[in-house]
Amino acid sequence: MSASAIIFYLIAAFILGAGILAVTTRKIFRSAIWLLFSLVGIAALYFWMQVEFIAAVQIIVYVGGIVILIIFSIFLTQQSGKEMAKPALQKNIFSALAALFGVAFIGKLISEYGFTEDQSKPFNVGVGDIGTQMLSTTEHGYILPFEVVSMLLLAAMIGCIVIAMKSKDNIISKS
Amino acid sequence: MSGVPLTHILYLSTALFFIGMYGLFTRRNMITMLMSIELMLNSVNINFVAFNKYLYPEKLDGIFFTLFIITIAAAEAAVAIAIIINLYRSHNSIDVEDAAEMKF
Repeated sequence: MSASAIIFYLIAAFILGAGILAVTTRKIFRSAIWLLFSLVGIAALYFWMQVEFIAAVQIIVYVGGIVILIIFSIFLTQQSGKEMAKPALQKNIFSALAALFGVAFIGKLISEYGFTEDQSKPFNVGVGDIGTQMLSTTEHGYILPFEVVSMLLLAAMIGCIVIAMKSKDNIISKS
Repeated sequence: MSGVPLTHILYLSTALFFIGMYGLFTRRNMITMLMSIELMLNSVNINFVAFNKYLYPEKLDGIFFTLFIITIAAAEAAVAIAIIINLYRSHNSIDVEDAAEMKF
């Protein structure tokens, strides 16, 4: 086993361990921190696969954005030291069974499919190549989804402000 | 990559997806359910990058799909948290069992 393979299995164990703790721990703040570790592990996996740009985006957007947003909303909505209620035993057992069945089923499908890996060409993703193809208007360019996603982000931003805004008569009645 | 076949990366992402699904089934708190959904979206991203790297190394399409999924996940998380905060204001709780007005 080469050093690269050992690093992969270490990263995989880290991601899965942090993920399991994130969904099973009963303190919500710890759950958010374990999610953070899991996402950092996934960024490490991207570094291992040599897609440095995606790894950087993963760290900036998930670790720097979404997890911080989640932690803020935890602080806004509840006492973080309080333990959450245990799920009912029956629900716990059946959820675990469903997840295990899914892992076994998909794992068997993957092991029997027989992928033909193409190792002949090197895989190098420069940021320049990504930018050129993303904004190209020719065939295989991604300019249309890029514009659509920017409209989606704008709509989501305005929607968030409208949803979370306090209405005026609400403020007046409180004061 | 030397030594690690594609199937092992796919096993990792499968396990991560079903960990997220288990969390979605057992949790009753909306913020933790949102976290489980983030785990599932991340496992899908790993799949896209791995397929791109191992099966079509001369193309970049998997990278673009990953970028768009990350963008949409960010928008989704922002809207979900706005809804959660609004719900907390009206119900004083973010437990899914407490928000049952639209239940048939």
